[in-house]
Amino acid sequence: MTAAAPAIAVRGLRKSFGDVDVLHGVDFEVEPGRVFALLGSNGAGKTTVVRILATLLRPDSGTATVDGFDVVDRAADVRESISLTGQFAAVDEILTGRENLVLVARLRHVTDPAGVAADLLARFDLTDAADRRASTYSGGMRRRLDIAMSLVGDPRVIVLDEPTTGLDPQARLEVWRTVREVAAGGTTVVLTTQYLDEAEQLADRIAILHRGRIIVDGTLAELRRLLPPATVEYVERQPTLEEIFLAVVGDARAEGEASR
Amino acid sequence: MSTRFLADTAVLTGRSLRHVTRSPDTIVTTTIMPIAFMLLFVYVFGGSIRTGSDAYVDYLLPGILIITVASGISYTAFRLFTDLSSGIFERFQSMPIARSAVLWAHVLTSVVACLVSLAVVVLVALLMGFRSGAGPLAWLAVVGILVLFTVALTWIAVIVGLSAKSVDGVSAFSYPLILLPFVSSAFVLTAAMPGPVRAFAENQPVTSIVDTIRRLFGQQPAGTDIWVALAWCAGILVVAYVLALAAYRRRTV
Ligand SMILES: Nc1ncnc2c1ncn2[C@@H]1O[C@H](COP(=O)(O)OP(=O)(O)OP(=O)(O)O)[C@@H](O)[C@H]1O
Ligand SMILES: [Mg+2]
Repeated sequence: MTAAAPAIAVRGLRKSFGDVDVLHGVDFEVEPGRVFALLGSNGAGKTTVVRILATLLRPDSGTATVDGFDVVDRAADVRESISLTGQFAAVDEILTGRENLVLVARLRHVTDPAGVAADLLARFDLTDAADRRASTYSGGMRRRLDIAMSLVGDPRVIVLDEPTTGLDPQARLEVWRTVREVAAGGTTVVLTTQYLDEAEQLADRIAILHRGRIIVDGTLAELRRLLPPATVEYVERQPTLEEIFLAVVGDARAEGEASR
Repeated sequence: MSTRFLADTAVLTGRSLRHVTRSPDTIVTTTIMPIAFMLLFVYVFGGSIRTGSDAYVDYLLPGILIITVASGISYTAFRLFTDLSSGIFERFQSMPIARSAVLWAHVLTSVVACLVSLAVVVLVALLMGFRSGAGPLAWLAVVGILVLFTVALTWIAVIVGLSAKSVDGVSAFSYPLILLPFVSSAFVLTAAMPGPVRAFAENQPVTSIVDTIRRLFGQQPAGTDIWVALAWCAGILVVAYVLALAAYRRRTV
C-alpha cells in the first residue's frame, strides 16, 4: 500500500483572490487507482483546488503534482494525465452528442475517434440521442455527456467537480455507477461534493475542506472512529423519501427521457 | 509541436465553422445592414450625391464592403465570448492541445464567414448595376486587402470577446467600426467636408482602404494609397494581436 507514488500530491497549497483568502495550506495525497472525495460546503474552496490541479489556475504558493508532474512547471504533461469535468457542464450546445465526443477524441489524438465516440455513447445510454444537438438534452443527459467527454483517451486521473449537484436522484445514481466503473478500471478519481452520502458511497478516502484547510483526512472507517463508539438503539425504519421517489417513478423516467 | 498546432487548429476551426453553418442567420444578419445602407444610399440619397463617377454604386461599394467586415467580426467576438461563458473554453484549456489553437480557430472562422458575407454583398451590388472591368489580378488584390483588413479587425474582436463582461458589450463594440466609414471617403467626397472633419476623414484608415479598392475596381493606378492602406492594416493587426495575446494570458494560466 505504501510503495506506489501518489497519483496526486498537494503540499501547502495557498491561494487568494485579492483579499479573499481561499486556501491557506492545503495538504493531501491520492493513491493511484483510488477514489478520493473532497468534501466541503459552498465556498469552501473545492473548485479552486480542482482548477489548480487541472492547470487552470496558478497557486500562490505550495506545490501540487499530478502523476508526478508539477502543475506549474510541467503543465503540458499534467494535461496529458488529467481530465476535468467542471462544476458546470462544458459541452458544445450547437454540436450533437456524437460530434462533441468526436471533437474531444480528435483533440486528444486517439486513433479511432468515431469508434471511441460510439463506445462512450453506448456506455452512457446516449446512443438514441447521439445525433441530436446537446442543447436539446436534459440536465442528466448533459452531465452524462460531459463525463463521457472527460473519459475520452482513458486519462489516468479524472477530476469531477460536484458531478451530481442539480441532478435528480436517478441521474445521480447513474453518475455514481459511472464513477464506480471508472474506478474499477484502475483510473484515479478525485471528486468534490457537498453530499456526505455521496462521499460515503463512492470514496476510498475522504478529506474535509473547511476554512481553507483540510481538517479531516482518512478512510470512512477512520473517520467513524473520530466519533464516540456507536450504541445500539432500536428505531422503526421508515423508507426515505428518496426510496419512495425511486419506487414510484421506477424506470418510466428513463424511457420517457429516451423517447423525448 | 507545430504539427500538433496545425492539427488542433484544423479540428477547432471545423468546429466553429459548424457553428456558422448551423446558424446561417448570422450570415444574413451580417449582410443585411450593409445591403440596407447600399439600397438607401443608391436609391434615396444617391441622386443628390456628386462623386464624379458614372454610377454611384461603383463609388459606394468599397465602403459597403468595409461595413460588411465590421459587422461580421462582431459575431467572432460573440462566438468567443460564448465559448468562455459556457465552460467549453476551460475544457479546451485543461486538455493537451496547442495553446493558441483555440484563438486561431476563431480567427480563421471569422475570415471564412466574412468572405462569404462579402461575396453575398458583391452579388447584390452586381444586381444593382455595379460593374467593374478589373482583371483577375486587381480582384485578387481587392480580396487580399479585405482579408488583411478582416484579420486585423478580427484580432480586435478577439480582445473584446476575451475581456467582455456581458453579451451587450460584445455587440456594442462594432458600432463605432461600422460608423467609421461614414466619416471617410466611402459615401461622399471628403473635399466638401468642413476642415477638422475633413482632416480626420482623410487621415483615418478607412479612407485609404476604400480609395485603394475603388481604384482597383476602376482600373486606375493605385498610387501611394495602397501602401498607406497596407500600413494601416498591418499596424492595426500587430497592435490588436499583441493586446489580444495579453488579454488571453490574463484569462489563462
Ligand atoms: N476568480 C475568483 N475571483 C474572486 N473570488 C473567487 C474566484 N474564484 C473563487 N473565488 C472565491 O473563492 C471562494 C471559494 O470558491 P470555490 O469556487 O473554490 O468554492 P467551492 O467549494 O467550489 O464552492 P461551491 O460548493 O459553491 O462550488 C469563494 O468565496 C469564491 O467567492
Ligand atoms: Mg465549486
